[in-house]
Amino acid sequence: MALLEIKNLHAAVEGNQILEGVNLSINLGEVHAIMGPNGSGKSTLAQVIAGRDSYNVTEGQILYKGEDLLELDPEERAQKGVFLAFQYPVEIPGVSNMYFLRSALNAIRKSRSEEELDAMDFLKLVKEKAKFVEMDETLLNRPVNHGFSGGEKKRNEIFQMAVLEPTLAVLDETDSGLDIDALRTVANGINKLRDKNRAVIVVTHYQRLLNYIVPDFVHVLVDGQIVKSGGKELALELEEKGYDWIREKTAVSA
Amino acid sequence: MYLGKRMQEQKSNIYLSQFEQFEKSLNGDASSHVHAIRKAAIAKFAELDFPTTKNEEWKYTDVSRIAKTAFKPALSTQGAIVTEKDLAKFSFGHPEWIRVVCVNGHFSKELSRISDLPKGVKVGSLAEAMKSEPALIEQHLAKHAKYDENAFVALSTAFLQDGVFMHIPDRVVVEKPIHVMMISTGKGEEFVAHPRNLIIAGESSQVSFIETYGSLGNETYFTNTVTEVVLAKNAIVEHERLQMESDNAYHVATLHTYQERDSNFKSNAMTFGGKLVRNNITATLDGEGAEATLNGLYLGTGEQHIDNHTCIIHAKPHCPSHELYKGILAEKSKGVFNGKIFVLKDAQKTDAKQTNKNLILSDEASIDTKPQLEIFANDVKCTHGATIGQLDEEALFYLRSRGVSKNKARDLLIYAFASDVIERITVEPLREELHRILHKRLEAAHELEAE
Repeated sequence: MALLEIKNLHAAVEGNQILEGVNLSINLGEVHAIMGPNGSGKSTLAQVIAGRDSYNVTEGQILYKGEDLLELDPEERAQKGVFLAFQYPVEIPGVSNMYFLRSALNAIRKSRSEEELDAMDFLKLVKEKAKFVEMDETLLNRPVNHGFSGGEKKRNEIFQMAVLEPTLAVLDETDSGLDIDALRTVANGINKLRDKNRAVIVVTHYQRLLNYIVPDFVHVLVDGQIVKSGGKELALELEEKGYDWIREKTAVSA
Repeated sequence: MYLGKRMQEQKSNIYLSQFEQFEKSLNGDASSHVHAIRKAAIAKFAELDFPTTKNEEWKYTDVSRIAKTAFKPALSTQGAIVTEKDLAKFSFGHPEWIRVVCVNGHFSKELSRISDLPKGVKVGSLAEAMKSEPALIEQHLAKHAKYDENAFVALSTAFLQDGVFMHIPDRVVVEKPIHVMMISTGKGEEFVAHPRNLIIAGESSQVSFIETYGSLGNETYFTNTVTEVVLAKNAIVEHERLQMESDNAYHVATLHTYQERDSNFKSNAMTFGGKLVRNNITATLDGEGAEATLNGLYLGTGEQHIDNHTCIIHAKPHCPSHELYKGILAEKSKGVFNGKIFVLKDAQKTDAKQTNKNLILSDEASIDTKPQLEIFANDVKCTHGATIGQLDEEALFYLRSRGVSKNKARDLLIYAFASDVIERITVEPLREELHRILHKRLEAAHELEAE
């Protein structure tokens, strides 16, 4: 059984149809890249998987470990191992990163009938994970993403992922706007988390990230549909020829 | 006109006849200096009567329910029994703090624990002080909280009997906070208490006091309290006020401060309880370099009505004032904020900043907020801002997407909203208590919403 099975997914936001029948199957241990031009529906797909309620699923379904994912609240999805690294991580002044993350980790542990971590054990864990993703420890005690630079915010997403250890991680344009050093660090962090018990969806606009995170599969999303799938070489082809090439091609074949 | 006057008389009538009875009960005290003030105040009250919503100052707060109820004045503790255990829930886990307890507006010697005070510091009953400190009483009592403008101050002054008195002599620093507990408890009778406080901080003295208002049960009563704080040159006073009365209580609180040169007054006013609440704070900066900070937090749940009126009078040059009031309004609650800043002609180089932020948690909750700046000097810096918002949906989703439940995520964001007021409170056990109260009251509101 696939870890994630997306079937004929249609989704709309504020009456605008964005996804027009997405089909995708992902197994444990795989890394899938979803590429596509701006406005093709990449972020919508990521948000629908995470459970954002401003997106309306009008048709189709998503099965996660064989269960209907769309029936679950966002927190239930997270508790079952779904993680979304946000394209625009939200600033939450007044809530410390540490407190937030401990609440999240303990909510997840509790849902799995695991013991909650006390402050000391938690501190040990986050220090280890911060090192793992090369995150400045002073950021831990600051309010969530508040006053963070773009790079710090993205790194904080990967740090949260390292702490929460999801089964399915969806990275929504985690590379956008990063300089090459930050990109390498973020990619390193993701690579370290790659293993056979986890699957990763990398949503990106740029091929550059894929030099560092080598995907098993590449899918091209155009106008709300996956129009082409292939191996990592597809990313290079896209980089060279641009998205218009795909558009024209699909137009011809259609 | 004639009819209007007659109806007015009818409303205040009950209080006038109650005053006559009160006067009889005073016996020998009736000829004192204080009693002359009482008589002047009841005459003013008869003239002013309870305000209606036609009065600009009371436009959003209808006190007719107070005016219509025949609250009986609590002329003594009324034999109320308050135990150590009852006080524990207002002690923030620190029963060892110096505490001054009033029951139904009257000082309780048995429940108060006043010891270890620096030499010369007087903390205790105002009724006692009227006898033992006539000079200070004559100089300050009812001199700052003017009873000729506000009917509630007039009423409170007319029935002025007891409350808390503090005098910190020049250059004395009281290191430990003094906890004032105002406990109300009735036996099914609708009563009114008028606790009256006078705090006098001498030159270069320092004191911090926490004032907690609480009830033992769910009774309906009316607290009409007046506090005057006088700061001599270079004095520092910090005032934390926590109002957690019964949800059926009516609460009108008036605080007037008078500040001399280089003095510093900080107030953190937290409102959680009460059915209908009106807080009036007036801070007068009457010496160069005096500084006032008025911060507040209010949480409305159920059908609570919480009104905060603040007024900062900049009378002299080089005075900074800072004001941050934050409101959380859930269910069908209503909030009112009115922040006045007067900068008088002489008050050049005034630096005044006022902020009021509100978080509305339901469609049926509301807030009326109004800054009011009147500036008569020409070289000043005055800023003000008011915001009304809802919980940030993006932030809510972000938290939930990490596994945090919807209610917990809401709580986190609400705490975060309140945190910049709470974090400014220097007494740590109080900060923890505030988180507990917020949690408890919001939890109840969440549950009701879920039903």
